[in-house]
Amino acid sequence: MFSTSRLASAEGTDPPGSVQTADAGAAIGGASGITPARPARQARRFPGWYRALSLLVVVGLWQLASSTGLLPASKLASPASIVHTAYTLIITNSPTYGTLQGSLLASFERWAIGFALGVSIGVLLAILTGLSRVGEIVADPILQALRSVPLLGLIPLFIVWFGIGQLPKILFVMLSALFPVYLNTFAGIRGVDSKLGELGRVLGLRRGEMIRHIVLPGALPSALTGLQLSVISSMLALVVGEQINATSGLGFMITQAQQFLNNSVIMVALIVYAILGLLLNGAVRLLERKALAWRRDFGA
Amino acid sequence: MAPRLRSVTNHRTERVAVPAPAHADPAAATASVRGLSRRFGDRAVLDDLDLDIAPGEFVALIGRSGSGKSTLLRALAGLDQEVTGQVSVAGPVSVAFQEPRLVPWKRVLDNVELGLRTGDPAGAAGTALSEVGLTERASAWPATLSGGEAQRASLARALVREPRLLLLDEPFSALDALTRITMHRLVVSLWERHRPAVLLVTHDVDEALALADRVLVLGEGRIAHSSPITLPRPRERDHPDLIALRLRLLTQLGVPAGDTD
Repeated sequence: MFSTSRLASAEGTDPPGSVQTADAGAAIGGASGITPARPARQARRFPGWYRALSLLVVVGLWQLASSTGLLPASKLASPASIVHTAYTLIITNSPTYGTLQGSLLASFERWAIGFALGVSIGVLLAILTGLSRVGEIVADPILQALRSVPLLGLIPLFIVWFGIGQLPKILFVMLSALFPVYLNTFAGIRGVDSKLGELGRVLGLRRGEMIRHIVLPGALPSALTGLQLSVISSMLALVVGEQINATSGLGFMITQAQQFLNNSVIMVALIVYAILGLLLNGAVRLLERKALAWRRDFGA
Repeated sequence: MAPRLRSVTNHRTERVAVPAPAHADPAAATASVRGLSRRFGDRAVLDDLDLDIAPGEFVALIGRSGSGKSTLLRALAGLDQEVTGQVSVAGPVSVAFQEPRLVPWKRVLDNVELGLRTGDPAGAAGTALSEVGLTERASAWPATLSGGEAQRASLARALVREPRLLLLDEPFSALDALTRITMHRLVVSLWERHRPAVLLVTHDVDEALALADRVLVLGEGRIAHSSPITLPRPRERDHPDLIALRLRLLTQLGVPAGDTD
């Protein structure tokens, strides 16, 4: 049997005759300080540009197939000619296509307005339905019903209601951004650890403080996942929506090119869409890293 | 001066004066429980339980798992709305839970400061952190703390509210043996400095013997056994009085003497 005072010498507070126990204490402290996972993870890490290698090989093979005539230019333009087309579209304002940057700006503007509206409304609705049972009973069934309508099927109806101008396109982007962020934020609010709610009560938090300090930050990881999904679905809505009677934007560029059977312009527009999607996704990930710095897996 | 009594079966913010029971001195007790019952379905976990905790008294409550220890603690914390009977606590109550329940998205100092309504919350929180020896981790995220550090932060958060009653719900049970001993000493020194009444819920008989002024055993929904301990702290684990009491308590808990180490 040991006494508490003798064991306490392991912490070095009881010097005489405690050398061995002090050593044992140091060994325990040392062992817990080692995280074995770290060196293993570092060993497997490659520089980021390694990931681009396989992509470069594919583009190289594509160019080779085009140059040797294996891939006819009438079906798919070569990478070199796509780059050349992009360059030409940037430096000249063609009467058929306009400029690439002008089209990109028009498309981005459409997306940004629709996305901002959709995300704001989605988050506000989720807070309303997530925090109050009455709000849930009133609004959630409507939103669930709307969500189950296939958005692409709404396009003809939107044209009937809002014409073929900017408005139906923005509304279309808005709706497609709204649902993912709404559903995930709602689930996030409802999924906040009830033990933290109890803690809030023990600490005497008022309702407003509870929402600000416990509920909303607790829902944030889920809401940010919703935001990522919203970026993806709203980009899709943009691509589809702006090919309908557009007079500007990347979608307009694509419909024009289709009429002139110019597949390299179509490819340029698609690649710009892809790059835009990647950048927006990256922006959300960056936001996630900043906002969720408290998570161990984001490296605090 | 008589402390103001309130019913914690109601919401925290409601301060209701409850009439004192005839057989207890209302001015003397920090916490007073009369006729407390709690049923889960058909099972009465607490059954007409009475308990008084004196100001500054360190009470340990032991019992087999499922005996209702935590139910009683939750009733005292005002977290159980389904209990019947009377619970009155004079002054603020703080809780330290088994899992430290630090808010993961608030840094350690902000956790301690959360909901604090004193003039200088940050200053008070900083002082509390230095009392538990956690000043250097004030700006750390809870996920980066060790188990012992997290529990110390939780203690700081409970103590900074200057409770009259401190409820400890098995706060050391998940810690390793060495950390637990350090934490026992810390709790005793904090208790000696601030003198709140303490109710420590634990399943560890030795922990109860090392810390408490009075050890209670919960059985059949009531306080089945109560033993005062007057030995000064820190206590030798193998003091003859404690050995005898340990055997008595283990028998009370239904563990035959031969099964002890």
